[in-house]
Amino acid sequence: MTQAATAAPEALPEASELLRFATAGSVDDGKSTLIGRLLFDTKTLFDDQWDAVEAVSAGRGDEYTDLALLTDGLRSEREQGITIDVAYRYFATPERKFIIADTPGHIQYTRNMVTGASTADLAMILVDARKGLVEQSRRHAFLCSLLRVPHMVLCVNKMDLVGYDEETFKRIEQEFTAFATKLEIPDLMIIPISALKGDNVVSRSENMPWYQGPSLLHHLEKVHIASDRNLVDVRFPVQQVIRPHSNDNHDYRGYAGQVASGVMKPGDDVMVLPSGFTTKIASIETADGQLAEAFPPLSVTVRLEDELDVSRGDMLCRPNNQPRVTQDVEAMVCWMDEQRPLRLRGKYAIKHTTADVRAIVKDIQYQLDINTLHRDESVEELKLNEIGRVTLRTTKPLLCDDYRRNRATGGFIIIDESDNRTVGAGIIV
Amino acid sequence: MSDYRVSHLAALEAEAIFIFREVAATCQRPVLLFSGGKDSIVMLHLAQKAFAPAPIPFPVMHVDTGQNFDEVIDFRDRRVAQTGVQLLVASVQDAIDRGLVTEPPNGTRNRIQTPVLLEAAEKYQFDALFGGARRDEEKARAKERIFSFRDDFGQWDPKQQRPELWSLYNGRVHPGEQIRVFPLSNWTELDVWRYIGDQGIELPPVYFAAEREVVDRGGMLFAVNRFIRPKDGEAVFTEKIRYRTVGDATLTAGVRSEATTVAQIIAEVAATRITERGATRGDDKTSEAAMEDRKREGYF
Repeated sequence: MTQAATAAPEALPEASELLRFATAGSVDDGKSTLIGRLLFDTKTLFDDQWDAVEAVSAGRGDEYTDLALLTDGLRSEREQGITIDVAYRYFATPERKFIIADTPGHIQYTRNMVTGASTADLAMILVDARKGLVEQSRRHAFLCSLLRVPHMVLCVNKMDLVGYDEETFKRIEQEFTAFATKLEIPDLMIIPISALKGDNVVSRSENMPWYQGPSLLHHLEKVHIASDRNLVDVRFPVQQVIRPHSNDNHDYRGYAGQVASGVMKPGDDVMVLPSGFTTKIASIETADGQLAEAFPPLSVTVRLEDELDVSRGDMLCRPNNQPRVTQDVEAMVCWMDEQRPLRLRGKYAIKHTTADVRAIVKDIQYQLDINTLHRDESVEELKLNEIGRVTLRTTKPLLCDDYRRNRATGGFIIIDESDNRTVGAGIIV
Repeated sequence: MSDYRVSHLAALEAEAIFIFREVAATCQRPVLLFSGGKDSIVMLHLAQKAFAPAPIPFPVMHVDTGQNFDEVIDFRDRRVAQTGVQLLVASVQDAIDRGLVTEPPNGTRNRIQTPVLLEAAEKYQFDALFGGARRDEEKARAKERIFSFRDDFGQWDPKQQRPELWSLYNGRVHPGEQIRVFPLSNWTELDVWRYIGDQGIELPPVYFAAEREVVDRGGMLFAVNRFIRPKDGEAVFTEKIRYRTVGDATLTAGVRSEATTVAQIIAEVAATRITERGATRGDDKTSEAAMEDRKREGYF
């Protein structure tokens, strides 16, 4: 007969926290080696994966096992020896579960970096200690600050190749700190490592006694992310209305969604936007029962005390703390389409929270050179991987906040209505 | 007063429920692929939670190779009856009989599932198909989106994937095209087992270790049943094994195990050194790009 899940609770490990981080880099800065080492040292890498990589590497006549083979999943990537897309990797320690969004670093992959950074709690940037900061490092840092990744780690890698020299590290540290001051980076950690030799990756290195900070893994396990969520502004975009149509639940009407920000409790006054009607939260429910409070990222069903007309795309908020309600949207847009540029007067579909609207491009104010931060105001379109400040007019009001205050209600995607492809990402400013 | 901490399993569950609801709210005709395997059992559990107290607003479908473990099919039918969800069966045997596909010489029907799946999707005009695939399973999957666009032929084009930012999923399709949706993308094998333990989810008995008659084929242990018959001169012996994955019975091998409870399985999974597919699937060993090739043809 079927066995029920006879879970012996004593054997289940403690619940751990989830941390998503994005890495960006090119083939030769040691990023693959670093990820390989994190996977290997946390025993995430399996023997058969290792065997497969070793066999391919040996077959190609590589001098050492090429850890990039672990992360490059597509045939064309292996053939060309490049990474073309975001790959997701997973590892866990007793403290945390980690999701790595591993993205390629070249400028032609800006869209992949933006994609990886959009959900990241932390960004990891690698530089080669021999080369110091390069254009690419600055670009990564800028994109991560644009996407409001709350934590950043700069790994000064290949310290073994500069004799573990403190002065070299200090020089790069100072240069990067000076650059970072001009960006919005709330939390920055700079760590000297050797991914190849394992220095300061999992445990503190004896080769660099002058470095007093944590190892990389220790930092990833301990960095405080609980406060990164916005627990102040209640924003609950309604995904759908739950109406069971059964005799048991004849009058049941609940609003399903994921809490974007803020803390909601039964009895709280809420306003429904865009209608503006106010009521109170009757209960907050899940399949496991009622909750005393709901906060991000929980998916719940909210029931209201009054029967109101609420549908997908609407938003619950507090009467004294409302999002902007506007059809005129100012945004930084990253263009992601190789086929057609973003054009002045172009019309697109927009997906923002759970709302679908249409929009027209009223103005392209400037294009930003992401290496020099120079603004070019003469442009009339944005091409693949270009970022610019754009004014949109939408068919229906967006219920939005500044992205810097609220990543969930400040970001949107742009869709080409002719073929449904996602062609751009917008950050409301 | 809580400290607003959310465990990683709770965060993964919230993400999966959000995905189920997005599809139900925006797609015309979704369907959940349900085989009775552990990942699809977890998917059905999550779908129930996403819409409670309302019923699951879409049917489930099994692409049935006709080469399944009997216990798994019994479980499938019982679970479907409990849930009250509609079950559609797309039969590979039926497709062979009709001449849609031909039985491969090696007798394994994994690859010929694809045309059967695509035919059923067309017949029922499904525009969104939920699958239980995870990114930790295989490296082509590690690059696939949560909402994975497939063209009129069900094909995956890795270079034409839609960028996926924040939790803004683009499920728009033209008639004939589909989105494959993977709510468990960010789960690992260990997460699935922990969730099964945490939620007390019931599983078919093949997942738990028991003494089974087996043959050893290339280092993999196959239980003798009506699909796996000992060849001439092949030794049959008894081993205590369980299954880590439950696919086509002709090519799914078991692993030596003492685990008879979920907690014991979790302990074994946490200590194992071989991937799920590497340990138990004959079909993925074919080539470096076996999975990518099958996905390009429309496989899940």
